[in-house]
Amino acid sequence: MADPALPSVSTRTYLRGFGGYVPERVVANAEVAALVGEEADWILKVSGIRQRRYAADSQTVADLAVLAAEDCLTRCGVGAAELGMIVVASGSAERFCPGPAATVASRLGFAGTFALDVPVASAGSLIALNLAMRFAPSVGKVLVIGAEIMSRRVRLTPEGRDTAILFGDGAGACLVDAGLANLEQGALELVDAALYTDGNAAEILRMEEGLLHMEGGSVILQAARKVPAAIRTLLERNGVLIEQVGTLLMHQANRNLIAKVASTLKLAPERAFLNIERFGNTSSASLLLAAAEWHAATPAPAAPVVFAAFGTGLNWGAILGLPVAQPVTEWSA
Amino acid sequence: MDTVPGILKVLQAVAGEPITPEPDESLFSSGMLDSFALPDFVSGLEEEFHVKIPDSDLSARKFDTLDKVQAYLADKGVE
Repeated sequence: MADPALPSVSTRTYLRGFGGYVPERVVANAEVAALVGEEADWILKVSGIRQRRYAADSQTVADLAVLAAEDCLTRCGVGAAELGMIVVASGSAERFCPGPAATVASRLGFAGTFALDVPVASAGSLIALNLAMRFAPSVGKVLVIGAEIMSRRVRLTPEGRDTAILFGDGAGACLVDAGLANLEQGALELVDAALYTDGNAAEILRMEEGLLHMEGGSVILQAARKVPAAIRTLLERNGVLIEQVGTLLMHQANRNLIAKVASTLKLAPERAFLNIERFGNTSSASLLLAAAEWHAATPAPAAPVVFAAFGTGLNWGAILGLPVAQPVTEWSA
Repeated sequence: MDTVPGILKVLQAVAGEPITPEPDESLFSSGMLDSFALPDFVSGLEEEFHVKIPDSDLSARKFDTLDKVQAYLADKGVE
């Protein structure tokens, strides 16, 4: 629902399109495995990852974010000057304050458009997407970006094995708009969000002194319960059955975790979109990178889509997108 | 009530084989269970012992050995 204190354009918000960017350098499991003292096949088995991308030394989080933003705007046919707001999620930005949002806005040619940072790793782009849902009715088009250079937040040593094997670099973006005017085919209406924070377990997944610290088993325990519960809550209060969900777009944390969430929900495994095999876990970029690839392959979704993420905080939740002008009786995956 | 037989029953069901770890042997470092079996292990304990394990207790360290699981259940009033 729109904030009553703000002038309303339309209370309904839509996802118009996506974009993404990954750095050129491909880092295969064999390279990481040699550094952390493991076998390449073991990395694939425990994570579903075959390779990831690493940014060049000269690249910054804002550099990746701008390239993803430009890709998104091009795909949507929208000029940067039309944007009413920019939200940038990143847990790995080089500087805490100001974060990359101001730089991204400047690089896109703005000198006054509101640009907001969401400094939350992994679930950051889900939070940013929810903020866009809230702001779009008053500001119009909101560009959401998740950008991460996680390769600088892990130690490529045996001691850093548990995080080093997982993470990669990249950026994803999406455009949220209010009102139905000029919607392209394939747009999704963002109808509801269920977001949560539990600081009691903040220590199990945290960015500290420049490095990511993770208690893997505890993170899996927490995520395997919290994410399905959030999705169930979201679907129940919107009258959507799990079998009606066409696609689960989840933060690409780990293939085994995504499979676990799908299994817990009794969602057919093929409905959980995966691209972690090629990009690894790109933290808050991963949800939008996955969404960009999914949307390119599925330009006219015909069934509900669930966006879900889990990350530092702990922050987690889900957002429901419904195909535009698609009656519920015609939802099909 | 000796909870060890019930814990072993859940553990073996989740592992899919008749494993019998030492009381203080790490279930995970030993390779008997992987991290992704942990949620099933915890939900199996809930069912077996009719207890609710709250989110605040979802730490892998609490369920790493038979001794720790036994102590946790005792703390929950299951003995």
